[in-house]
Amino acid sequence: MSKIHVSTIVNGDPVEFLANPRETLLDALRNQLDLTGTKEGCGTGDCGACSVVVDGTLVCSCLMLAAEANGKKVETIEGMAGEELHPLQRKFIEHAALQCGYCTPGILVAAKALLERNPDPTDTEVRYWLAGNLCRCTGYDKIIRAVQDAAAEMRGAA
Amino acid sequence: MARDDVKTGYKLIGTRPNRPDGLDKVTGRARYGADFSLPGMLHAAVVRSPHAHARIVKIDASKALALDGVKAVVTRADLPTGLTGEDLNLQDNTLAGERALYDGHAVAAVAATSALLAQDAARLIEVTYEVLPHVTDVDAAMAPGAPVIREGVADFSVPEGMHGNVARYMEFGHGDVEAGFAAADIVREHTYKTEATHQGYIEPHACVGQMGEDGRGEMWVCTQGHWYIRRMSAAVLGIDAANLRVTPSEIGGGFGGKTTIFMEPLSLALSRKAGGRPVKLVMSRSEVLRATGPTASASMDVKLGMKSDGTITAGQVYFRMQGGAFPGMSPIGEALPCAFACYDIPALKHEAVEVIANRPKAAAYRAPGSPMAAFAVESLVDEMCRELKLDPIAVRLKNGATNGSKSSYGPVYNVIGLKETLEAAKDHLNYTVPLGPNQGRGVASGFWFNHGGETSVTLAVGEDGTATVMIGTPDIGGSRASIGLMVAETLGIPYENVRVNVVETGALGVNEPTHGSRATFASGKAAVEAARHAMTEMCRRAAADWGIDPEAVEWKDGAAHPAGPNAGKFPPMTIGEIGSKMGSTGGPISGHHEVTAEGVGASFGTHVVDVEVDPETGRTTILRYLVVQDAGTAIHPAYVEGQYQGGAAQGIGWALNEEYVYGADGRLQNPIFLDYRVPVASDLPMIDTVIIEVPNPGHPYGVRGVGETGITPPLPAVASAIAGATGARIRSLPCSPPKVLAAIMAARA
Amino acid sequence: MRYHTPTSFADAAVIAAAATGTLRFLAGGTDVLVQMRAGVVQPDDLIDLKHIPGVDEIEQTPDGGWKIGIAVPGIVLGAHDALVRDWPGVVEGMNLVGSTQVQGRATLAGNLCNGSPAADSVPGLIAAGATVTVTGPNGSREVPVEQVPAGPGRTNLAKGEVVSRITLPPRGKNGGDCYLRFIPRTEMDIAVVGCAVSLRLDGDRIVEARVALGAVAPTVILSDAAAKAIIGTTLDDAALAALTKAAQAEAKPISDKRGTKEFRIEVAGVLARRAAKIAYDRAKGLTK
Repeated sequence: MSKIHVSTIVNGDPVEFLANPRETLLDALRNQLDLTGTKEGCGTGDCGACSVVVDGTLVCSCLMLAAEANGKKVETIEGMAGEELHPLQRKFIEHAALQCGYCTPGILVAAKALLERNPDPTDTEVRYWLAGNLCRCTGYDKIIRAVQDAAAEMRGAA
Repeated sequence: MARDDVKTGYKLIGTRPNRPDGLDKVTGRARYGADFSLPGMLHAAVVRSPHAHARIVKIDASKALALDGVKAVVTRADLPTGLTGEDLNLQDNTLAGERALYDGHAVAAVAATSALLAQDAARLIEVTYEVLPHVTDVDAAMAPGAPVIREGVADFSVPEGMHGNVARYMEFGHGDVEAGFAAADIVREHTYKTEATHQGYIEPHACVGQMGEDGRGEMWVCTQGHWYIRRMSAAVLGIDAANLRVTPSEIGGGFGGKTTIFMEPLSLALSRKAGGRPVKLVMSRSEVLRATGPTASASMDVKLGMKSDGTITAGQVYFRMQGGAFPGMSPIGEALPCAFACYDIPALKHEAVEVIANRPKAAAYRAPGSPMAAFAVESLVDEMCRELKLDPIAVRLKNGATNGSKSSYGPVYNVIGLKETLEAAKDHLNYTVPLGPNQGRGVASGFWFNHGGETSVTLAVGEDGTATVMIGTPDIGGSRASIGLMVAETLGIPYENVRVNVVETGALGVNEPTHGSRATFASGKAAVEAARHAMTEMCRRAAADWGIDPEAVEWKDGAAHPAGPNAGKFPPMTIGEIGSKMGSTGGPISGHHEVTAEGVGASFGTHVVDVEVDPETGRTTILRYLVVQDAGTAIHPAYVEGQYQGGAAQGIGWALNEEYVYGADGRLQNPIFLDYRVPVASDLPMIDTVIIEVPNPGHPYGVRGVGETGITPPLPAVASAIAGATGARIRSLPCSPPKVLAAIMAARA
Repeated sequence: MRYHTPTSFADAAVIAAAATGTLRFLAGGTDVLVQMRAGVVQPDDLIDLKHIPGVDEIEQTPDGGWKIGIAVPGIVLGAHDALVRDWPGVVEGMNLVGSTQVQGRATLAGNLCNGSPAADSVPGLIAAGATVTVTGPNGSREVPVEQVPAGPGRTNLAKGEVVSRITLPPRGKNGGDCYLRFIPRTEMDIAVVGCAVSLRLDGDRIVEARVALGAVAPTVILSDAAAKAIIGTTLDDAALAALTKAAQAEAKPISDKRGTKEFRIEVAGVLARRAAKIAYDRAKGLTK
């Protein structure tokens, strides 16, 4: 079973690795690139814990082969903060929008993608956008509030 | 929001600082079970039975072992024999012996150089099965003619003549039930059923185990209780617990499901066979749903007598619960005492049986037993309130347990907050919002005992005046923050100067898991005592420096002070000064506390839910949801609210759409999140919370424990709201659209 | 597993025709990767079609129809204003498939070729009268969408054939379509019942209609009887009642973990009625 050479940009850094043709992008991120912030919760695209952005599009990294990432730009939770936390990250801590925190990276990546498309979403829009990100701890209440507070701050309205 | 009529005088308790682990968790740095790796590590996969019940005739691993990179295969033959009791049950569940007892039961495990290779190798392990008759439904399992799935499962409590699948029997009560029913104006009796549900933590079980030729091992694992993992794994492998060192990872949710072992010893057994190379074992979601502990399914008869003014004269329940193919796992021992815990009723009779069936070994799930019991009892209370046109909160206030009531299960309640939750619910805006067409409102109360348990905590004073607290209860929902607040409050130092770490089995005495809503209560209580212990020592050091009697020194605001004018005039000596000098004043300063924590305070809650039901499809929308619950004292109110909201969301899922669906072949039909339907963000409204604070006298800061009660009321509250919206009463959960629509159409016909 | 990245459908067809073991095509991958993860399917050959030029494009034809590349994900369809204006029902069907994340990958062609009777995008395509271009080793042919599915998990495509393009007819004037599905939650579920209606008006009267029902038979049903129930009517109460009855009569569902037979039959009528009303209002220009 010959491996496939994959050349990609992850969080701005050029990386190369050899992928088993059956290996998912999620597994390559976690096992080959040591980017374990992206989580597996289901492996079937139903929980969103593995959310990443590929060439500007939010996807489940469990539903994409590592080989498909060749020549693409991948953004993960590890690339979200610069020297300072992203407002979403800060607001999630402030609002206690996480309990166990396992779904948090995926939700943050997804919420960031939402606010880049729609800086002023309604609660309902946030809820439907995040419907593919399961959280079993919080009942979503504080997550929605944190996203909205971050959105307000990013709009300069806070 | 915390009620402002409770005057605490606390500086930090009741505030909402950032949690210490928040930064790691929003940046992806926090390390969960599957995030840990070691050099030379192998990856494992498990072969599982596709049959609900089958004799294992033969296991042939030769093709798997022939693959390059496959390093070890473990079957039951590799585990020691001679275990008894629960140790044997744990071993039987870790790897099937002569028979596979449920769909998904582990039969063999393989370790290889990659996860994909291990999965390929697992598919090459050939298992020959002889399929046996099976039964999965709780009532079917004790019906005449049902196959007896394990001989001799009944314990001493089971009366003669019961079905061979009945493992336990319980009964208790008080008063004259028949006289109570005779005194009632109406007596109603119905059967209620709840299906099994899964805790549904998003993090699948994961561990890395390493065990060398000397039989000593280490494990990194996501768990609610690493001492339990150590003891259980050691028992399954036939080694002394002291030979295992278990380190907990960050944990991606547990809700009771990670208080026991399912596959963890396999990583050690594989490592031992693979020459001591570390072995990582991570479950898939399907493995989690098929083979880790869901909760019990239940079939429950309830009978109540009520006077036309709402006085409940007598109650009677008979619960049948199945907790999988192993005895002792269905929570009859919790469900029965919870059934009428919210009430003060003169005559009660409780009876229950535990039945085994070809399903996975159940585990604890948030207030085990209480949600089912509440569904049965609170639904019937609601039915009778509607029949008699009585306000459901008024009826609960009339019959509710209060301070000094003798509880339905025996002990006398000391100080409890049930009536406060009912009053607050009654006064809340949500209880008076007008309802539109096809809308209904449901009310229910709930209860959980809360728990103390074995607890060991150490606190070390730093040279810089900080405090490092070592606890043994993994932090699921912010307990490091709440314990840090209590320690900082006690020591009189800033919250930021306290570090709380969850440490491994080698670092503390035995700790029970984070279960029973005990972490903030018991580890918090022990941490406060450990801080006081350190304060005593710091006062002694100050006294020695000042040359006065230690009893003449008191601790306040983070410093030792002379206790009064007679003690002498000395400027306060801060924790920082004492810490910086401790090397020369007698050595390091620590506080310890070990205790089997007592003084738990029960937590009561009352929920109000409004729903709208589509009369043409039976689909239920939750319009608004209110949780009112007594926290005792809310140490970190944001995480108290989080527990209330999370519990409510899980209860709503249980009420509406979550269920284990078994086919006629005994296989689980919905082992993925696509079909095991937990609530998604768009399913829920904001969940309003009211924190009642009736401090628990058994805790230094009044903590009760808040994690579990919240999952209890949603089951009956949602079903009652649907009844209000449609006129159709669903007595069998979930209230899935096909069931609700059929009930609506039947009511119309 | 061999992973192929052909740059033309002709090449893809040649690879597919030569494959001797288990073969899968990869467009969005949201079904294939799930099957691989679960061990249900272990392809020997996986042909990634996304390296073929044009597969990610949406193009309007001179007659006003639409040609949609087989790798256009749902999120791109949903953002295409002109397409949404013409065929809102087709797009809303696709946009109901999975989560936002799944929308970033999932495609019409994949949803169709996965062969699920509950595929959300298929009733809309069938009601619209869409066709697919099927390319094989010996060239291409045009096939109506309703002729593609053969049963759960199966299509009528021959070995070596691959769907290479989706074509929607010109919407024309006074037309409207709609897709509705029933799921227990608000998102993330497989349709328990689905229904698409496409119709055209002359004044207030329906002159053309196509009604497709999903998840009530082994394949999506194109129901002539349901269409006849509303053609020639103004979608008055009698027409809606006839439509309900026709849709329910057409439904031949099974009971399974997602719903009972009786429920599916009942709700098929409800959805047909509701979808027809929305399509009618869209045709009148009353709603988007």
